[in-house]
Amino acid sequence: MKIHEYQAKQLLSRYGVPVPKGTPAQTADDAVRAGLSLGGFPVVVKAQIHAGGRGKGGGVKLAKSEAELKTYVSQILGMQLVTHQTGSAGQKVQRLLIEEGMKIDREFYAGILLDRAQSRNVFMVSTEGGMDIEEVAAKTPEKIVKVAIDPASGFQPHHARRLAFALGLSGAAFKSAVTCFQNLYKAYVELDCSLVEINPLILSGDKIIALDAKVNFDDNALFRHAEFADLRDLAEEDPAEIEASKHNLNFIKLDGNIGCMVNGAGLAMATMDIIKLHGGDPANFLDVGGGANATTVAAAFQIILADPNVKAILINIFGGIVRCDRVAGGVIEAAKTEHVAIPVVVRLEGNNAELAGEMLRDSGLNFIVAGDLTDAAEKACAAVKG
Amino acid sequence: MSIFLNKNTKIIVQGITGSEGSFHTRQMLEYNTAVVGGVTPGKGGTLFEEKVPIFNSVRDAVDGTGANASIIFVPPAFAADAMLEAIDAGVEFIVTITEGIPVRDMVTVKHALSGSRSRLVGPNCPGVITPGIGKMGIMPAFIHKEGRCGLISRSGTLTYEAVKQLSDRNIGQSTCVGIGGDPVPGSSFLDVLKLFKDDPDTDAVVMIGEIGGSAEEEAAEFIASEFKKPLVGFIAGQTAPPGRRMGHAGAIIAGGKGTAKEKFAALEKAGIHVAKSPADIGATMAKVLGK
Repeated sequence: MKIHEYQAKQLLSRYGVPVPKGTPAQTADDAVRAGLSLGGFPVVVKAQIHAGGRGKGGGVKLAKSEAELKTYVSQILGMQLVTHQTGSAGQKVQRLLIEEGMKIDREFYAGILLDRAQSRNVFMVSTEGGMDIEEVAAKTPEKIVKVAIDPASGFQPHHARRLAFALGLSGAAFKSAVTCFQNLYKAYVELDCSLVEINPLILSGDKIIALDAKVNFDDNALFRHAEFADLRDLAEEDPAEIEASKHNLNFIKLDGNIGCMVNGAGLAMATMDIIKLHGGDPANFLDVGGGANATTVAAAFQIILADPNVKAILINIFGGIVRCDRVAGGVIEAAKTEHVAIPVVVRLEGNNAELAGEMLRDSGLNFIVAGDLTDAAEKACAAVKG
Repeated sequence: MSIFLNKNTKIIVQGITGSEGSFHTRQMLEYNTAVVGGVTPGKGGTLFEEKVPIFNSVRDAVDGTGANASIIFVPPAFAADAMLEAIDAGVEFIVTITEGIPVRDMVTVKHALSGSRSRLVGPNCPGVITPGIGKMGIMPAFIHKEGRCGLISRSGTLTYEAVKQLSDRNIGQSTCVGIGGDPVPGSSFLDVLKLFKDDPDTDAVVMIGEIGGSAEEEAAEFIASEFKKPLVGFIAGQTAPPGRRMGHAGAIIAGGKGTAKEKFAALEKAGIHVAKSPADIGATMAKVLGK
């Protein structure tokens, strides 16, 4: 789960991580008022969207006067902000964060995430703050210092000192960094984060401050944090994906025209792959889970058909313990209730697959019954060509 | 001998009275699997299906039955505790089916495993089956055939697809292992490959990876240097967009790393027979084996 920068800063600040003074705003009036209440200029106007790369896309501006503040607020609020993470359509800016401008003496990077190879969290810092960290990792990996944290003993002061020394800090600045790193790690663990990234982390005088903040939560741990429900911003999510999550369906929209309905994530990915191999383009990833019954299939049809690009649907279900004839019954019922008018290629494999094929053929509906995976992909690709 | 499961494996089911646990215990018993007991705290002293004794704790179950393996169907919030309990009781082999366990919990479990005598497969996996011996998992048994081909996969239904392709070509399986789709799995491809390497009953192996992490690349390095049995590989997610979790918690291309392209390249470099299409896994193995 992703949250906005202003929410991340509010959370981190509760853990004692220093952040600039700031206020979120959803209207231009509120934003200007928030800027003036900071008691001086410069003031930073920051677009709040879930994607990164906001500065380069024109979503972050430094206002040196009230006039500039008003100009930038009206420019950024409501704009379609395009960054390398949003896709070409961009994301509409519906919130701003108005912050005090900080004196920046040095810019660093700090990040915490799981290192899957070690099954441990790693805390990384770099002197190359403000840069794209993936680029730093690719070009100058020696400029990233990492410590892996033993889960039993946790993050110790010696870890924090090593990281702070690696940034070349000393004196009060060093102490400020050590405290900041300990607090960041505490927040990461207690909030069940999957990522905490501060880029840049700045040195301002002798103080370390999180000038930006990105916090993602582990979706599997949300049950431990009921309060995070309020942090979800549905405007940042795809409406079809929100709808799918209500039905416990795993759905990700893509750009193609063949709708996919599959049980199991691996098989769903493999189905997308085989469509592509046969010259087609998948319109989505959709995992209907283990129990593909009439209700879940009907919900899946609704979500797939809401995409006007979809010209055909490929249903690929491996009936393991669930019998294929049952799945076929569910597919037929759902296709009737949803009035599916485009071609539907159905491939059911496993227990009672032949009976299921007969049921689909005899249903009087627009089903194209397929045998194996390749047959299914070929038929789906042919169906969109008409 | 196969790996993980053999004639001496005695299994308990943690969460045997839950809906998932009871359904799949019946399926395991139907496949003549040696399920010797179950654990549901508070229901100790009763029987499951009038024959399988239920215990209050894993330790009681181990003491009472001599069990050396456990399969866990406990909900995500309590699954880490269940695994730690099994490790604490010295259970040698643990399979966790549960999906949705917090990463922080799995980091703790993984740490507890190192230095213990237990080995874990899963979580978020279909489990392990040795055709003819038994199954510790939720896979449909009827698609499997006894034989000498091993299989390791991060997926569920895609594994069944591959198994069926093998069985249809009369290539039976020694052991099929679903290591699960989570970012912190109990056993990696590498861990399982090491066992297949030394298993005299396994002649060849199918390995099914997917996007995210670097477990396939690590396995490829081992294969290139030490694994001499023929291997067929496939990676799911060639068309997956970066930065999106494709159903499995671990199936995500993060920071440009973990793409199917990189993984395919690593497999090819290691001399693995790569199936570019998921429909060709069985056929590729048949060709490799000269069938």
